[in-house]
Amino acid sequence: MRLALRELLRRPGRFVTATIILTLVAVLVMFLGGLLDGLIRSSTDAVRAQDGDLIVYSSTAQSSFLRSRIDADTRATVGAVPGVAVSGGLGLVQLGARVPGNGPRDLAATALFGYELAPVGVPDPPGPGEVFADDVLRADGVEVGMEILLGPARSAVTVIGFVADTTYSGQGSLWASAATWREVLAANRPDEQLGDDVFQALVVRAADDADVAEVAAAIDAASAGATESLTITQAVDAIPGVEQQRSTFNQIIGVTIAIAVVVVALFFALLTVERLGLYGVLKAIGARSRTLFAGLVVQALVVTAGAVIIAGGLALLLDAAIPPGSIPLDISPRRILTSAVLLLGAAVVGCAFSLRRVLRVDPASAIGTIS
Amino acid sequence: MTATLELRAVRKVYEVADTEVVALDHAELTIERGEIVALVGPSGSGKTTLCSIAGGLLTPTSGTVNVGGQDISGYSPKQLTAFRQEKVGFVFQAVNLVPFLTARENLLVVDELGRRTGTAARRRAEELLDDLGLADRAQNLPAQLSGGQRQRVAIGRSLMNEPDLVLFDEPTSALDTHLGEQVMALIRSELNGRGTAAVVVTHDDRMSQYCDRVVRIVDGVLTQ
Repeated sequence: MRLALRELLRRPGRFVTATIILTLVAVLVMFLGGLLDGLIRSSTDAVRAQDGDLIVYSSTAQSSFLRSRIDADTRATVGAVPGVAVSGGLGLVQLGARVPGNGPRDLAATALFGYELAPVGVPDPPGPGEVFADDVLRADGVEVGMEILLGPARSAVTVIGFVADTTYSGQGSLWASAATWREVLAANRPDEQLGDDVFQALVVRAADDADVAEVAAAIDAASAGATESLTITQAVDAIPGVEQQRSTFNQIIGVTIAIAVVVVALFFALLTVERLGLYGVLKAIGARSRTLFAGLVVQALVVTAGAVIIAGGLALLLDAAIPPGSIPLDISPRRILTSAVLLLGAAVVGCAFSLRRVLRVDPASAIGTIS
Repeated sequence: MTATLELRAVRKVYEVADTEVVALDHAELTIERGEIVALVGPSGSGKTTLCSIAGGLLTPTSGTVNVGGQDISGYSPKQLTAFRQEKVGFVFQAVNLVPFLTARENLLVVDELGRRTGTAARRRAEELLDDLGLADRAQNLPAQLSGGQRQRVAIGRSLMNEPDLVLFDEPTSALDTHLGEQVMALIRSELNGRGTAAVVVTHDDRMSQYCDRVVRIVDGVLTQ
């Protein structure tokens, strides 16, 4: 191993090409991962932010706010289920918003939520006609104190503050009282208007000592199958498009990791061929095949680790350089770490292609066989 | 004297395209402790095959090979690796130092690949470099050394594990006559005091004067 590390230190030039290619691959993996995370977050943050354990939809809604209806009877049934500590109604309507100062057709895409239980980072429901806006709407010119007009009915709401990380379906969210949401919904989507005691979904907090899965099953049993209770994670995954986005990006990332395997495999196969003579000599003087192969793996890991560190820095710079609201890029330390682990795994797998060649080096080749 | 190397009825046959090539035919050879034997013969005579078998790089087709009291004829590749680590030293024709290691590190690599004695190995490397007149070159890479200095480093490396037997594969073939004689004199002086036996493969009769005995090989048959 020390031999392998010394070669890296004293002949860094030999590893520059592989490091550059792996750095580019690593940047691509991190960028794709960051895009995936950004897209998913922009689609799901509003649900993720819910300060509860379960979201209860009507069973025929296929986990969609727009199709779901929870009436007062169902809500009372849910509230009476043992293990339910508190529940709050939640409703949504997606509308274009006219922002003062913008052109008449320059609408900001918004998702207006009416809520009873405040999500994480969102204050208690504001007064009638008031909303908290997600800070991505700043990019559309929204400011505190501004009155914006929602939907074709141009329902006026006043922005009284900003909240963070609550986007939904790629839209900046607005957080209003249940009454304000109901009014805006009725004015702009008359065919979807709901009664005063009807919500689209319930956010449920389980009692401290309750098992969330058991509470979910108990709610659905108590409602005689009229509800479908999902954990927050399940509700996030059930948002239309989330699984498809995740699956598509993960496949692209998988192909990119496969490219990393090929890069490492080719590079170290070439190095191994170049070193066959040296390996023969080292085996002749007592080196084991596993020692030589371990050296190869160590070099691949160090080169990949170097590439990952450089790529991590570049990815963070890229993340910082891209203006908020332009593309949904979210490069987190966790994403960098995950990419690093995948690429280091790829390095080991790539090296494995040289194993057979290392094993087959004949120590007698150092001295020749027939003279 | 005690025999360091004993070959008894050693035969090595290679299969080459459905044909059997006898590289070594019933070889009988005994080399005593501290004895230096020149193995002389033309190209293709079986010198290297004999050396490879004696050094545990090849296994014989038949016969017994005894080195330092160990019968290595039936050793597995793993056992032969351990045997080479501890009992044999090699000096190759092309020197074959590790190009990115200094002279000192080229000696220490033997210890790193083997038992790892650490301080003792470092002390031994210093002594050998000193003995070989390379103390001031210890930090030089092979590319910064002359051909003779590289060969001396290779000799030092072959002695690092305090072997019973050192095998020199044409150690002077890449050197001019004068330098070749210097290297042979050095081999003689280095091995004399250590009780280490050696086989020096050469096709240059002039180098055999530095050896205790000359063994000739022609078409795989030894004549002494």
